[in-house]
Amino acid sequence: MKIYSKDKYIFTKGLDEYFSGVYKSYKFILHFFKEVVKKPFHHRELVNQCFEVGLKSLVLISLTGFIVGIVFTKQSRPSLEEFGAASWLPSLIGIALVKAMGPLVTGLICAGKVGSSIGAELGSMRVTEQIEAMEVSAINPFKYLVVTRILATTIMIPILTLYCSCVGLYGSYLNVHSVETSSIVAYYQNAFSTIRFLDIFVSVTKSIVFGFTIGVVGCYKGFNASQGTRGVGKAANQAVVLSMFLIFVEEYVIVQVSNWIQYF
Amino acid sequence: MDKLKTQHIINKDESVILINGLYMSFEDLEVLKGIDFSLYKGENVAVLGRSGSGKSVLIKIIVGLLKPDRGEVVVLNQHIDKLGGKELDALRLRIGFSFQNSALYDSMDVYNNLAFPLTMNVKHLKKNEIRSAVEEVAEAVGLKDKLRQMPSDLSGGQRKRIGIARTLIMKPEIMLYDEPTSGLDPITSAEIIELINEVQQEFNTSSIIITHDLTCAKNTGNRIAILLDGKFLKIGSFKEVFDTSDEEVRGFFNYNFIQ
Repeated sequence: MKIYSKDKYIFTKGLDEYFSGVYKSYKFILHFFKEVVKKPFHHRELVNQCFEVGLKSLVLISLTGFIVGIVFTKQSRPSLEEFGAASWLPSLIGIALVKAMGPLVTGLICAGKVGSSIGAELGSMRVTEQIEAMEVSAINPFKYLVVTRILATTIMIPILTLYCSCVGLYGSYLNVHSVETSSIVAYYQNAFSTIRFLDIFVSVTKSIVFGFTIGVVGCYKGFNASQGTRGVGKAANQAVVLSMFLIFVEEYVIVQVSNWIQYF
Repeated sequence: MDKLKTQHIINKDESVILINGLYMSFEDLEVLKGIDFSLYKGENVAVLGRSGSGKSVLIKIIVGLLKPDRGEVVVLNQHIDKLGGKELDALRLRIGFSFQNSALYDSMDVYNNLAFPLTMNVKHLKKNEIRSAVEEVAEAVGLKDKLRQMPSDLSGGQRKRIGIARTLIMKPEIMLYDEPTSGLDPITSAEIIELINEVQQEFNTSSIIITHDLTCAKNTGNRIAILLDGKFLKIGSFKEVFDTSDEEVRGFFNYNFIQ
């Protein structure tokens, strides 16, 4: 009995697969929103995943944020000095880190570290039938594995972003302090003086969107992995590449929307 | 092993699994072509067949992991295709499924692998109740001393045993074994065969054992079913099946012996 014929495609094989992938991811996200409000809530697994995403990324985020702060300050100083505006350095770094660099750097680092880890873990669970083993034990694997991971990335990445911005500012302060002696309180006051509520709101919104994206892409790729160990590698790789690409697209869209909001 | 098997009482008036006209295909590959089958209460049926003949697909349909194209599957008096989420989950708790590669959760130690189905499905259990249930099934498979080890530290045979123990913790009425002896040496295979018979005796289960292994089929199955080219060619006792004049069935046995 034939169900599908290999020769029958609506467009071409590639286009059909692309549109079917888009539709499947839409269904996957819809499934997440349906499951997230349903009982039971796996609190312990959620805390465990928050630990995996948050605490285990802390060292990497600290180092990256710190270095970004130093490098950005070093590179901005000569240009500002040319215009006699070196005193604006803390404000510039503050706005740049809180509005753009913090969410973007954290998003990209977590897409690499957390996204690949989720993709590989769920992918290997799929190909070794661990997900099926949960299903036959009457445990909802989507609820237990996917919902908890997406929630964990959505909760923890905004926190990591704020932390990354603060560490970046501290790196920037150390660089400024090495050139001209200044107090840390005055530096932070200066840095935050030009930051408005909208800037923080946009930064947090961005990081929530980035966190959700990393979780959804990692889980989707891992949960639907196939073709044995090759599929696991492919899932991890695609999770990183796709979430990084989507982070840039989302960054662009959110910046456009926030600029539009400013005018009104 | 044979002694254990003959002592068991099979109730031929009560079917725990009833399959009528089952068809299943993947894209343009037809795997099952009209399967009719009954598993009686207390009985072990060994399903023999070549790779890709649809043996594993059959038990995945029985447990609701795959949906057939058509046909009727009644498990413990419930039509599996008509069951929704919670009803299907309730039925699955009455079925144990032992996977070919054991499918133990890599991130958990043996204790937590065994406790996991219990803690997720039975509410308000005390820690000591969980512990005693875990120790009981670990004892039943003879691996009580391995509870704090990770699955990666276990041998193939031990992993199979823990996989079986994980299903036993929910006290299933039906056991489905997918290739229980594949990849094991003859001595470990014999131990797993013995365990399957012990499970039938002690837990009073009815089982389907999917296998390539004639020794396993002979020593665990009260009946043997030969699945070739998507259909059951012969179902009966080992002697009936082995002595059949059907050329295809004989061909399968001859091929096994030559190998």
